[in-house]
Amino acid sequence: MTTCPPKHELRLQDPYAEKLRDLSYDAANQCVQCGYCLPACPTYESMGKESASPRGRINLVKMAAEGKIDIQKDLAKPIDLCLGCRACEVACPVDVPYAKIYEAAKEVIAEKQEEARVQEERIKKSSNFQSKLRDTILKNVFPHKGRLRLIGNVTWLYQQAGVNKLVRKTKAINQISEPMAQFEKVLPRLEFPGKRNKWGSTIPAKGEKKARVAFFAGCIMDAMMYQINRQTVELLCLVGCEVIIPNQQNCCGALHAHQGLTNQARTLAQANIEAFEQSGADYYINNAGGCGAMLCEYDKLFENDEQWYARAKDFVSKSRDITEILVQYGPLPFQKEYHGIITYQDSCHLRNVQKVSDEPRLLLQSVPGATFIEMKGSDRCCASGGIYNILHFNESMNILDEKMKHVKETKATTIVTTNPGCLLQMKLGVERQGSSSDIRSLHLVEVLAEACGIR
Amino acid sequence: MIDRIRDIVPEERIFLDLSERYSYSYDASFGEYLPDIVIQPSNSIEIAQLVKMANKYLIPVYPRGAATSLSGGPLPVEGGMVLDLSQLNKKHIIDRENLLAIVSPGVITAEVHKSAEEVGLFYPPDPSSSHVSTIGGNLLENSSGPKGLKYGTTKEYVIGLEVVTPTGEIIRTGGSTVKNVTGYDLTRLIVGSEGTLGIVTEVILRLIPKPKARKTLLASFDNLVDSGRAITRILSSGILPGAMELMDNACIRAVENYQPSGLPLDAQALVIIEVDGHPSAIEEEIKQCEELCYQEKATNVKVAQTEEERAEIWKARKMVSPAITQMGPTKISEDATVPRSKIPEMMERLKQIREKYQLNLVVFGHAGDGNLHPNIITDKRNIEEMKRVEDAVSEIFEAAVSLGGTLSGEHGIGTLKAPYMELELGKEGLLMMKKIKEAWDPNNILNPGKIFPKPGQTKVVLRA
Ligand SMILES: Cc1cc2nc3c(=O)[nH]c(=O)nc-3n(C[C@H](O)[C@H](O)[C@H](O)COP(=O)(O)OP(=O)(O)OC[C@H]3O[C@@H](n4cnc5c(N)ncnc54)[C@H](O)[C@@H]3O)c2cc1C
Ligand code: SF4
Ligand code: SF4
Repeated sequence: MTTCPPKHELRLQDPYAEKLRDLSYDAANQCVQCGYCLPACPTYESMGKESASPRGRINLVKMAAEGKIDIQKDLAKPIDLCLGCRACEVACPVDVPYAKIYEAAKEVIAEKQEEARVQEERIKKSSNFQSKLRDTILKNVFPHKGRLRLIGNVTWLYQQAGVNKLVRKTKAINQISEPMAQFEKVLPRLEFPGKRNKWGSTIPAKGEKKARVAFFAGCIMDAMMYQINRQTVELLCLVGCEVIIPNQQNCCGALHAHQGLTNQARTLAQANIEAFEQSGADYYINNAGGCGAMLCEYDKLFENDEQWYARAKDFVSKSRDITEILVQYGPLPFQKEYHGIITYQDSCHLRNVQKVSDEPRLLLQSVPGATFIEMKGSDRCCASGGIYNILHFNESMNILDEKMKHVKETKATTIVTTNPGCLLQMKLGVERQGSSSDIRSLHLVEVLAEACGIR
Repeated sequence: MIDRIRDIVPEERIFLDLSERYSYSYDASFGEYLPDIVIQPSNSIEIAQLVKMANKYLIPVYPRGAATSLSGGPLPVEGGMVLDLSQLNKKHIIDRENLLAIVSPGVITAEVHKSAEEVGLFYPPDPSSSHVSTIGGNLLENSSGPKGLKYGTTKEYVIGLEVVTPTGEIIRTGGSTVKNVTGYDLTRLIVGSEGTLGIVTEVILRLIPKPKARKTLLASFDNLVDSGRAITRILSSGILPGAMELMDNACIRAVENYQPSGLPLDAQALVIIEVDGHPSAIEEEIKQCEELCYQEKATNVKVAQTEEERAEIWKARKMVSPAITQMGPTKISEDATVPRSKIPEMMERLKQIREKYQLNLVVFGHAGDGNLHPNIITDKRNIEEMKRVEDAVSEIFEAAVSLGGTLSGEHGIGTLKAPYMELELGKEGLLMMKKIKEAWDPNNILNPGKIFPKPGQTKVVLRA
């Protein structure tokens, strides 16, 4: 029988496999292959094959680290199809650190693809469309808050990032035009810029001051859903927080980390840690589950750097989701009745990483006039997954359409989420069902603001 | 040949890529075997055609459920074709009038529990893996859990099957009646056959009314043997609890270490007892259990007064498995089973084995039915220690068999326990089984390499 040979006996040709082994082999070997994570995994449920399951992916990383399969040819695709929702971590009885394994794989795959791309470019062949699209979006758009603050919507992003040219050139126009057309429909209306809070400003608490908090604006939130950010700040003030918006803050780096661009993620993290340290706040508040999860794991980026590790740890200990603070310092001074049935879709990263799932529900249940109904599978990923829904449109829509059936069962008139990606995805889901005139998709903050009479 | 297969099953359910094939190379036990092809059939006709073809070209065929087997059941040890039956899960009918469930083999066990309960019925077999494992896998391993004590194992609930035989014929066994004496009982032969005698494509399960109420207690003992005696006393007093679970000191410590639950660290044994049935009857029974425990020198007995307290008690038991996994990277999980009256003696023997081989051996399990789970926590990369583990495992099996017990109460034989079959069954007994296998599967294409030891093989080898 063949079992995995001891680590020192492996002699590998591929330096990338070697690196993968260093980064993930011990973690992958913690998996006892019990399969307890299978029912929790949305991609396993929708694709129905082991390679689309956490147990399968971990095993493939192990196989690649042992040099039994090829990183690019065999490992890249199954890893690429993972949503990174981390529901498997919560289900695992032996605490296998899936995110660590996954991100190590992403990083090594990205490096190897980059090398292959450079080589291919030399021989003048166009490379893998999806990886190009991804790199273009990530490298050119997300780290630049200035650029992002200017843009209005994803279409802009699609054009400015040179994606459209790339798409035509690689003849992938059909692959991308349908998703883009559908996304266009659901993009939020922009607010008049004059209404925005200025970065660097301090907004006083209403009434007695209970805490000083620093607000993390988040690049997508800030660019496209600015109104939600403004309402977040107002809600914080209402429960007695003095809010500062640190000027030097940056993109959280989550998309980079999930796509295997770890070094870029590290640089962004350092900038944020610095900016928030200077704010002198008691808590660092965010309102996007995906960013929050990244922020609350900054320490993991610096495990080999003592000094930054300590600073990151401190940052992490102060990081909070908006719902935690509103529950802590609440109740909110509600002013208006909210009508209809509300249902809630967990943000995976808020639920599975930050472990926040009660607070949003408590808040929604406290809204006067509204009826809260839990939908089946509310804890399961909606398959927006960062930019998963752009890169893997069909796979994503299969999961989304299934979710919309559960929404329908609740007869909800409002679907609430706590993450911009999920929010867009919900809007898309409602649009695809043709029920956009009956169902509103809102960020939790929007619902609370409405009930508090904030416009 | 692949083209032939494409004629039978659509392309998207045939996997040939290396990454897909490696994804079906393991289960929850040991070893990794790469199959040549993986197929997800969607009905018995496809399966029958595939099996016929496999007979023609002599390709090994390995049925697989959720691959949670702890004994190597679904491992494609000789390569060939894996049939992934986890996706054959569309049929799920609850027949309330006849108290039946008619399901496809890929349906998850917990889904059957749920749908039965929704109409006030009960499907008792409760392996702790039931939220992952398939009904097919449960059937073929004859799985069970704590409720086995009172309600029996999976085989008590299977009354009819649709099966594709190893030569590719589709047959039906049993039916929809609880009583059935027409001819040989092939249903029972298939149940527990670990996928060596047929591929199950539909299952008819018997359901029972759900017990009205239950009561649970947790008793601590200063001495393992006392706890064994308390268990035997209760069982001979006319009470049949719904479950009786035991944890030794090492388990208690592991659980407290993993997630503090307020368990008494100095207790040598904890016993969980649950009675179920009519509310007034169980009130009486739980009192009696409490008294008997004290009579057998229990140091403390706590009866759960609320549903939360009950959940708390069970949580400690459920935590055992993950908790002990934290003690080392490799867990060898055995399920040797002895007659109830021999539990104290078996506990003593296990203690001796632990000392003799200097291993981290912990014991917990379904004490009420003699089904103990001695677990050895080790590291498969430590070759010297693995050698001692192998010897200890052999000795555990010998102890169980010499006390009138069996190699496996739940997890099956597969590859891991095949070497010990003769020890329990004797030459003739094993030969009889072999003859049955040869009669059903003349070409030895269905799950070859399982259950029967290879010539000259008398011991498990866990080292690479
Ligand atoms: C953490 C953990 C806890 C466990 N706890 C328990 C427990 O408490 N009690 C218990 O009894 N077991 C337990 N098990 C073992 C395992 O879950 C059971 O043996 C289960 O029944 C296997 O089901 P499966 O769907 O995973 O089948 P698999 O492991 O895929 O297959 C099991 C066997 O059945 C065959 N097979 C599967 N489906 C079919 C079919 N349709 N037709 C023909 N052959 C088929 C396979 O070839 C194989 O031989 C546990 C396992 C784990 C990992
Ligand atoms: S639940 Fe954990 S240990 Fe079990 S297969 Fe999944 S990752 Fe591995
Ligand atoms: S992160 Fe989500 S999609 Fe990825 S393996 Fe885990 S459960 Fe599945």
